[in-house]
Amino acid sequence: MKRTPLYAAHMKLGGKLIEFGGWEMPVQYTSITDEHLAVRKAAGFFDISHMGEVLVSGPAAQAFLNRTLTNDLARLAPGQGQYTLMCNERGGVIDDLYAYRLADQEFLLIINASRIEVDVGWLEGQSATFNRRSEVKLENASDATGAVAIQGPRVAEFINECFPEASTGGTNVAHAGDLKKNQVASFRWGDSTIWVSRTGYTGEDGFEVVAPAQTIQAIWNQVLTVGKPHGLKPAGLGARDTLRTEVCYPLYGHELDENTTPMEAGLGFFVALDKGEFIGRSVLAEQKAKGTNRKLVAFKMTDRSAPPRPGYAVWSTGPAPAKIGAVVSGTQSPTLGVGIGMGYVPPECAKANTPLGIEIRGKRAPAVVVPKPFYRKAD
Amino acid sequence: MANVPLDLKYAKSHEWVRVNGDVATIGITDHAQHELTDVVFVELPEVGRKIKAGDACAVVESVKTASDIYSPVSGEITEVNQAVVDDPALANSEPYEDGWFYRIKLSNPAELDALLGPEQYKVQISGA
Repeated sequence: MKRTPLYAAHMKLGGKLIEFGGWEMPVQYTSITDEHLAVRKAAGFFDISHMGEVLVSGPAAQAFLNRTLTNDLARLAPGQGQYTLMCNERGGVIDDLYAYRLADQEFLLIINASRIEVDVGWLEGQSATFNRRSEVKLENASDATGAVAIQGPRVAEFINECFPEASTGGTNVAHAGDLKKNQVASFRWGDSTIWVSRTGYTGEDGFEVVAPAQTIQAIWNQVLTVGKPHGLKPAGLGARDTLRTEVCYPLYGHELDENTTPMEAGLGFFVALDKGEFIGRSVLAEQKAKGTNRKLVAFKMTDRSAPPRPGYAVWSTGPAPAKIGAVVSGTQSPTLGVGIGMGYVPPECAKANTPLGIEIRGKRAPAVVVPKPFYRKAD
Repeated sequence: MANVPLDLKYAKSHEWVRVNGDVATIGITDHAQHELTDVVFVELPEVGRKIKAGDACAVVESVKTASDIYSPVSGEITEVNQAVVDDPALANSEPYEDGWFYRIKLSNPAELDALLGPEQYKVQISGA
C-alpha cells in the first residue's frame, strides 16, 4: 500500500488507518461523528495527498482538454477552476475531477486516487491521436505532490494566518482568504510554490492546498497549530465520506463508473453540450434530449432502521413490490441523525416523496425519495 | 488501553459473558466498541430464539459499517436489552453495564470453559 507524506503525522495523532484506493489512509482520529460535526460547526483538516495531480500545458492544452473533458474550460480565466468529468465514447465516466486554469496555457487536474493510472493512460492515449499533440505537454505530478483540505465555517477566520503573503500567480489576491469560490492562486512557501483554492468536498466553506510533497509536513503542522484555537480538528476519510454524502457529491466507484453517464448521475450541469465536439458528446446529447433509463436519487429512511449501505437492493412499494435498483452510497447522517443514501432507480421512481423499500438483511425498510442535497450550509 | 473487567469471560470475537447460574449476559467489549466506533444502530435476536455458539445473532452498525456479533455460547434467548436498541450509544459509553445486548439460558455450560479469561483476552487485544 502507498503512504502519503503525512503518514507519520497520522500515526502521531492516533489515526486509525485503512486501505483506500491502494493507499493507507486515516479513516478517523477520534470519531467519525465528532470529526464530521467539527467540519459542520467549526473546522476540519484532511490529508488528501492520495489524490492525483496532472499538469497539462502548451498552446493546444485548452483545445485538448475541451475534447477530453465534459465541462467548458474556455469559461475559465487564469486562477479559476471547475468541476468536470472525463467520459469514454459511451458517455461512461472514466473519472470526475477538478480542472484549474493556473495560467493561460497551463491546467491542473485533480483526479481520484483510485483512477490515477487509468486517467493518465487515457489522457496519453487521447493525446497520441490528437492532431495538435506536439502542442500539449502532459505531466503526472501525483507522486511528487501532496494536498490537504481545510474545511468548515470557521476556516476563513484563520486561513490568512496560515498563508499570509500575497499570491504570486493565478487569481491576484492580497491574502488566501480573499479567494472566492472556485478560485485558485499560487503562494510562496519557502523556496517552493504552492497552490491554494477555495474548494472542497464537504459542503462547507473551505480551502484546498496542493503543494510539493516535501513541503506538506510543514504545511500540515502550520495549519494545525494556527487552526487549533479556532476549533480545527484533523478529520479522516470516514468523515469525508459522510460529509460528501450529506451534500450528495458523487464518489467515484459508488455514484460513478465507466458504465454510468453524467446524465444518469444528475450531473448534466457539468456537461457543456454547446462547446463543440468532445468524447461521449453524442450519447450525452441524446440522453439530455430523451432522458435516461435510470436516475440517481437521494433517499432517507423514514422509520427507525439500520443505515442503508452500498449494494443493498432498492424496492418499489405497493401491492406488487419489485426490485428496482441498488444503493450506491449510504450511511447514518451525523447531522440529521437518520439513515441516508443514494441509489439508481427508474425515472418513474425518482420523484421526490416516492416511497421506496431498502432491503436490509432480508427485510425491506421504508425510505422516501428526497430532493438533493440532504444538507445545505446556511448562507 | 481498553477496559477488561476481571469478573467476565471473553470470546475471541470480542463479546463478553457474565454468568449468573444457568443464565449468561452477553455484550461487546470496550475494545470492540472502540474499534467499531460510534454505534448508531443495534439489532438483537428475538426472545425465545435458540442459538448455537458461534452463530451471528446480533448486528452492530457504526457510521461506517455493519458488524455481526457472534454468540459465545449456545442456548435460548431469554431477554434482550431494549435500552441499547433505543439508545445505541450505550454500547460505546457503558459496554459492560447498561450497554449489554441479551441474556441466554445456557444449553451447554461446558462451553464456558473454552472462553478466554481476562488476562488471555488482554493478550489477544494487545497483539491486535
